Amino acid sequence: MISRQDVEHVAALARLGLSADEIDLMQGQLSRILEAVAQLRDVDTSQIGPTAQVIGLENVMREDEARAGLGRELALANAPLREGPLLRVPVILEEGR
Amino acid sequence: MAVLTRYETVIGIEVHAQLRTSSKMFCSCPTGAAAGEPDEPNTRVCPVCLGLPGTLPVINRRAVELVILTGLALECHVETDAVRFERKNYFYPDLPKGYQISQYALPLCSGGRLSVPVPSEGTEVLVDITRAHLEEDTARLQHGGRDHSLVDFNRAGVPLMEIVTEPDLRSPAQARAYGEALRDILRHIGASDGDMETGSMRIEGNVSLRPMGAADLGTKVEVKNLNSFRSLERAMEFEVARHAEALGRGEQLTQETRGWDEGKGRTVSQRSKEEANDYRYFPEPDLPPLRPAAEWVARLRAGMPELPVARRTRYRQSLGLSAYDAAVLTADVELAEYFDAVVAEGVAPKPAANWVTGEFSRLLNARAADGLRASGVALRPAGLAELIAEVESGAVSTTTAKTVLARTFHAGESPRAIIEAEELGGLSDTRAIGEAVSEVLANHPAQVAEYRSGKTQIYGFLVGQVMRHTAGRADGRLVDEELRRQLDGEQ
Repeated sequence: MISRQDVEHVAALARLGLSADEIDLMQGQLSRILEAVAQLRDVDTSQIGPTAQVIGLENVMREDEARAGLGRELALANAPLREGPLLRVPVILEEGR
Repeated sequence: MAVLTRYETVIGIEVHAQLRTSSKMFCSCPTGAAAGEPDEPNTRVCPVCLGLPGTLPVINRRAVELVILTGLALECHVETDAVRFERKNYFYPDLPKGYQISQYALPLCSGGRLSVPVPSEGTEVLVDITRAHLEEDTARLQHGGRDHSLVDFNRAGVPLMEIVTEPDLRSPAQARAYGEALRDILRHIGASDGDMETGSMRIEGNVSLRPMGAADLGTKVEVKNLNSFRSLERAMEFEVARHAEALGRGEQLTQETRGWDEGKGRTVSQRSKEEANDYRYFPEPDLPPLRPAAEWVARLRAGMPELPVARRTRYRQSLGLSAYDAAVLTADVELAEYFDAVVAEGVAPKPAANWVTGEFSRLLNARAADGLRASGVALRPAGLAELIAEVESGAVSTTTAKTVLARTFHAGESPRAIIEAEELGGLSDTRAIGEAVSEVLANHPAQVAEYRSGKTQIYGFLVGQVMRHTAGRADGRLVDEELRRQLDGEQ
């Protein structure tokens, strides 16, 4: 079982505000997800190297050639809020990235 | 200052440099507006760099090359086996995907070094380079008001290189010297524009103080928002003084990020630093592994352009330039290339350096804000060489040459053609001067008589008249000779 603090920490990183009830709910659900994934620990991996990719490709690169993209109207077509040519979002108080 | 001698300054530098590619890191969107066009917000975007679902990134080969080239220039180990891109997870409106594709555990380049001359201290410091890695830039945010921000995604996904040093710098002046030396290298190898003002190169300084002789590092502060090398030096000076004062009072410093306020000349706390593991890095599943071939790296090494240190040495030792001229020229690789081309036209290095770093640079800098660089100047090196030759041979005065340069700088006309067409050249033709003198003497009989009666102080007036008659172009020595010959001879 993960702690309520863990849930609050993950929620803060995801910028989600959770009510006390939702924290309870997430604590249970996240714990069950982690338990399910933890079953992988039972597999013997002593003979298997670290694996981040299984598709067998490598060095897939493209040449540095520019092409026009979507264009502004299409790019912002689904934006809930706009201000002229810019996308408008709620302010994030934590500054400095 | 007594308190400063008790502590040692420790600075490490983190540089982010936009790579000079045509297209973005993981998609084909252009990295900049077409030449001469304004950069309209949210026009250089596509499903990949907007983080739309169902898209896949593809690595830009040139961006990888430029980081490898930088690594080689910084004497790094270039990894040819296990390079990895990872996801750096955080939520912020400048990051459309909710993560930045970056490198963490296995960067492209690591363990390098750079020898940095520090003229103001009369020393040279060896700076260890921790790593140089490849990532993507974020969108540009404008803080629109109290409750909202405005986002332009044109910058999102532009290839970005991060270069990190060990905490090897011991003074603000050294930090600045490192930044400038690195910029010169990036420009020489064509990896980045290295422009602090426009943000194509961004610097963060990590600074701490520790008691003299101590091995452990003190509490460090990271300073951002440095828009010039001068800001970097000033901000580091400010922090050193602030730390020394706090430590002197027995206070504990807080590990934090601070922003430099250029106007007020001080740093301001921004936020407490998040733990590194909050980014929850993990290998990027959308990119197959990258293993730069050893032959590829060797080819890049073989094609490495002349680096600033080598160029400065060549300028001083082979061409006999001053340390100052050598430094000014190598700070702008295009200026250095222009200078090399002028010298290749047969102009002596010293006058070539004087013109390129002097009047030519003045005219160039006047248009720098419009993005004009030496390679874009209409007057090509052969033209400037032609003009310098006219000055060196005495055909035109320096003042006249400056006027001609200003005229042809943006037009690109042949300076010699202008000089000939407008008869700007000096008059050294004895017959023409003789005629001018005769005419002046004929027009001023009273003054001539005065001179011949012994009142020789009138001579200066007659010289002035001849010069006026020839619009100041006559060679003074010839005028003198001819005037005396005619005045004294016809008596």
